[in-house]
Amino acid sequence: MLCHNPFGDSGTRIMTTHATTRIVGDSVPRKEGVDKLLGRARYVDDIEREGMWHGATVRSTIPRGLIQTIAFDRRIDWTEFAVVTADDIPGQNHIQLIVADQPCLADGRVNHCDEAIVLLAHPDKRKVREAVDAVRIEYEPLPPVFTIEESERRNPVVWGADNLLKSFLLEKGNVDSAWAHAAHIVEGEYRTGAQEHLYIENNGVIAEWSEQNGVTVWGSLQCPFYVHKSLLAVFDLPEDKVRVIQTETGGAFGGKEDYPSVLAAHAALLAMKSGHPVKMVYDRIEDLAATTKRHPSRIGHRTALDENGKLLAMDIDLATDGGAYSTLSSTVLSRATLHSTGPYVCPNVRVRSHSWATNTVPYGAFRGFGAPQAIFAIERHMDEIASAIGIDPIELRRRNFLHDGDTTATEQVMREPVIMDRLLDRALAESDYHTRRAQFARDNRASPIKRGIGIAAFYHGSGFTGSGERYLNSLAGVDVTPEGKVRVLVSSTEFGQGTNTVLTQIAAESIGIPYDDVTMAPADTGIVPNSGPTVASRTSMVVGRLIERAGLQLVAILRDAAGLSEHFSREEFFAACERYRAIKGDVVSLCRYEPPPGIFWDDQKYRGEAYPAFAWSVHVAQVAVDTVTYTAEVEEFWAVQEVGRVLNPVLAGGQIEGGVAQGIGYALYEKVLLQNGHMANNQMTNYIMPTAEDVPPIHVFFEQIPFQHGGYGAKGIGELPHDGPAPAILNAIKDATGISFHAIPLLPEDLFAELAKQSPAEETATV
Amino acid sequence: MSASWPAIRLTVNGETRTVNVPPMKRLLDVLREDLHLTGTKEGCGEGECGSCSVLMNGELVNSCLVPALQAEGATIQTVEGLAVNGELHPLQKAFLARGGAQCGICTPGMLMAAAQLLTVNPHPTLAEIREGLAGNLCRCTGFIRIFESVVEAAASHEDKQAAHAR
Amino acid sequence: MRGNADAFELIAPGNLPEVLSLLAAAPGEWTPIAGGTELMVAHAAGRLDARKLVNLWGIPELRFIQSEAQSIAIGAGCTFRDLRAHGAIAADFPLLARASSWIGSIANQNRATIGGNLANGSPAADSSPVLLVYDAEIELVSVRGRRRIPYSEFHTGYKKNAMAPDELLYSIHLPRQFAQHRQYLRKVGTRRAMAISKVELAAVALVELGVISEIRVAAASLAPFPTRLYQVEAALLGQGIDARTIQSAREALLEEAKPIDDIRSTAGYRRQVAANLIEEFLNQLRLEGASD
Repeated sequence: MLCHNPFGDSGTRIMTTHATTRIVGDSVPRKEGVDKLLGRARYVDDIEREGMWHGATVRSTIPRGLIQTIAFDRRIDWTEFAVVTADDIPGQNHIQLIVADQPCLADGRVNHCDEAIVLLAHPDKRKVREAVDAVRIEYEPLPPVFTIEESERRNPVVWGADNLLKSFLLEKGNVDSAWAHAAHIVEGEYRTGAQEHLYIENNGVIAEWSEQNGVTVWGSLQCPFYVHKSLLAVFDLPEDKVRVIQTETGGAFGGKEDYPSVLAAHAALLAMKSGHPVKMVYDRIEDLAATTKRHPSRIGHRTALDENGKLLAMDIDLATDGGAYSTLSSTVLSRATLHSTGPYVCPNVRVRSHSWATNTVPYGAFRGFGAPQAIFAIERHMDEIASAIGIDPIELRRRNFLHDGDTTATEQVMREPVIMDRLLDRALAESDYHTRRAQFARDNRASPIKRGIGIAAFYHGSGFTGSGERYLNSLAGVDVTPEGKVRVLVSSTEFGQGTNTVLTQIAAESIGIPYDDVTMAPADTGIVPNSGPTVASRTSMVVGRLIERAGLQLVAILRDAAGLSEHFSREEFFAACERYRAIKGDVVSLCRYEPPPGIFWDDQKYRGEAYPAFAWSVHVAQVAVDTVTYTAEVEEFWAVQEVGRVLNPVLAGGQIEGGVAQGIGYALYEKVLLQNGHMANNQMTNYIMPTAEDVPPIHVFFEQIPFQHGGYGAKGIGELPHDGPAPAILNAIKDATGISFHAIPLLPEDLFAELAKQSPAEETATV
Repeated sequence: MSASWPAIRLTVNGETRTVNVPPMKRLLDVLREDLHLTGTKEGCGEGECGSCSVLMNGELVNSCLVPALQAEGATIQTVEGLAVNGELHPLQKAFLARGGAQCGICTPGMLMAAAQLLTVNPHPTLAEIREGLAGNLCRCTGFIRIFESVVEAAASHEDKQAAHAR
Repeated sequence: MRGNADAFELIAPGNLPEVLSLLAAAPGEWTPIAGGTELMVAHAAGRLDARKLVNLWGIPELRFIQSEAQSIAIGAGCTFRDLRAHGAIAADFPLLARASSWIGSIANQNRATIGGNLANGSPAADSSPVLLVYDAEIELVSVRGRRRIPYSEFHTGYKKNAMAPDELLYSIHLPRQFAQHRQYLRKVGTRRAMAISKVELAAVALVELGVISEIRVAAASLAPFPTRLYQVEAALLGQGIDARTIQSAREALLEEAKPIDDIRSTAGYRRQVAANLIEEFLNQLRLEGASD
């Protein structure tokens, strides 16, 4: 039962100056904040359904092979259990994402450790847990592939015809013509490891199934309509027989973008088989081992420059490890490709990108989505170029920055202001970069602690790539309840980043009523329209703009048809709504996505307007390297960014700080240790994220250039802060030690390996 | 089934409660399942993340590591007991104003740890705040606004004390 | 939660004599549980093999700190918070107060007991190197009475110790003789807090007229259990502190240390860092000596 817009989803152009706002731009309190602070917010594991059973998963213990037998230990009374295998799937045995290659349940073969094979449900959650160990599976192992290099050799082939999940070729100008005339040619290869989201709330869902209603799922998830779409295929049901409802979600970061479709299908299959609601909430051990992580990457740069350090050509070889199934590897690869050349002008570019299948848990979305990998490589490479050709790394960047009117690697003309110089100036000033750098150079000689300072300059494309937003064709708006509340109608979800707050701020602003009069409709596919997934830093910009338009449209409707006057109080507004309801039955205003003008993207040639807008940033990291323990720590951090209009300063600042902290973890602490393709360090004790004692002071500064096509001028912000810390930190370590590191995570053991080469153990270290 | 376990008596947020649970049931599960106080969360089951933090006899503990039998006779305070008569605790007010909570899952444990810190040390330095909260992992905020919230709550308490003193 | 609470027995006799009788009556059958910070983690992971547990938490006879003229006695049931809060420990055994502050979080310190830490016998235990350099004695108790052994003889192998099946750790005795000693402690972990140590080094030394007249060095994570580094001590005893001694101490350590590769770190890193720590300690001695 979706709302309708009685005026049709017209393309009424509703303009606003954004000049003065009452609510947008203000740090109004988080909409659902009080419930969270009282401990009243209900996450999925806080919820019980009548007659609920508990589900558990039997998973593969080998990385690749054929399933020979599945035996159920006779000590257990299996009649008490619901047991589900691939044979029980009514529809199609795949998780519908981009390519339908990932089975919902393994059928005859497994392609990664911890792949789901058998599902169990029982009323007693302790019994179902014990029963997992009572299912014995015998395999015929097949030779697995674990790295990009092994996959590239295509021996064995573990996916498709040649292990290649996806490839792209991006070309501009003529790269091969540049080498002969280049004053300098610099090469480098950079690697990034997998990274775990480590949301503090593990993945979890509750599912119900009935003949009349079909499938209903409640869960910790980012994209209710993604789950909805996936369940349609698994259950072979029509759209109105599947309903997905997001519960309060304790962190996501992309880790709940695609994985919940898997978990929801599992729980729903058990619900169908058992005839009971089924809750499946992973514990940390299972969540770490079995769910998605950030794609590892290997990126090679070959760069030509003229005698002034201006870029002539970039030849980039970009490879990611996609894991056993393609899931989101193609779009991650796409974003990585489009961020691989940095915020620089370069007349000749070639990027050859490949995503390779391996027999590991499929990699998925994680804040940045290919950009952190790509930006690590280019921003490390810029510092390598700087030292190779003898130009200061700051100066090298200045000479090559994009400016208004320049074209990117995809020939996109920068029509919106590009202020990289200003951001860099501000970052250097706020961090007192030059003074510190000089100070460290003096102090390091006589100190066992070597300090350094490094930067990263980068952009992050807001929203979906190219025609992506057009394809999503988002619909969103507002309605008004008879109880006198305005509801924002979106499928965009809150998981800490502030969706609820900024969208209700926008609605309140555009309608002209207090913030407290606006609430969010439940993120329930049975109630709200599909405003697209909550990913890709699109919510404030794209969905925010839809809400802005919908609010203005509602006021226009009420003025036309319900006697609302030019200026009105909130009481008059609600009175007009009731008058309108009496005529029309309900009060609703929806708007459909309209692409900004001049966005053309060629998917084949990889050319055109890659993104409708870009957020820009410079990060500065001060690092201390302790030569006694080989530990690197970030002592202080500065983040300067331009994200369009800042809708809520407290929330925006929190996004930057949180993203920086994750980026610090990505660089220095977080390592996924695979043994035979299984995550061996799948406990919080052994997967290390920074604690309250490890995070440095993080200074955040915004420049604002409102983007006219974003909600009240906003562009994307969520992923941007995760792009910069890793290269800035490793650049700082290079400044501190003189040693270039090319791979992350950079752990003390890795620093030791290099530093010990410089001063072998047998020599006495001078102090 | 439950009647076969000996009774365990505890005071939770000022109320006496009795449960009949196996002695090795985790206090976390007793709170959430038997007492229906779902404010306290499970994040790791290992005593690493602190989302299960409660006060037991006035001391911060990870309730996932406390067997129910050891809570016999104990006084427990959970996040549900922080606000009094509908009035938010100064920490809750500060978290709301300063952005100390984003997704909110670490928040109950974080509040208990911060409350305990301010009880023991009403004017903590930043270093003391970091230490006091080191056992509570937050993946969303980067901790910065949590520190600011604790500082603000400490200052507001100081203001209150000063006001009373006048 | 992978452990089924229904499958476990946990009883609480509530006093020491009854606990000891139980252990004597059925040696090896009952596993003591104090603060639970180790056993409850195994329980949650479904790896707690001990089905019968006897509660030590809250037994007053085990939780005490007794200051005598010559020594301090610390009950095995003391939490690390108890140790941090006690004035005499902070004054006379500062390394113990510091190590206590590194055990997990505040919440962990409120529950983890020193007895549990020692009985668990992790090679990475934070308090162990400290107790070794402070010449700790362990007092064990059973129905048969009490006996004392040097802490250095307590650990006999990886997670093996000298306790008889009917014995409990009763207390730890520390001699108050280190007022004049230089003291050093450093832990190297994966991060600043909530970190199991990759390597930890503790040292106490008496330096008289520029010569090391007494030296004790101990480490965690360089052997299957926390241990004194006797070869390092031998290289230092009676020596002055100069580049040569530092070099020979490093060499002795590199030779003596037998760390392993594990999920947290590598043998090579541990060995090298431990050598750097002993050098750091000796450099501190040299600097402190210079300012005398």
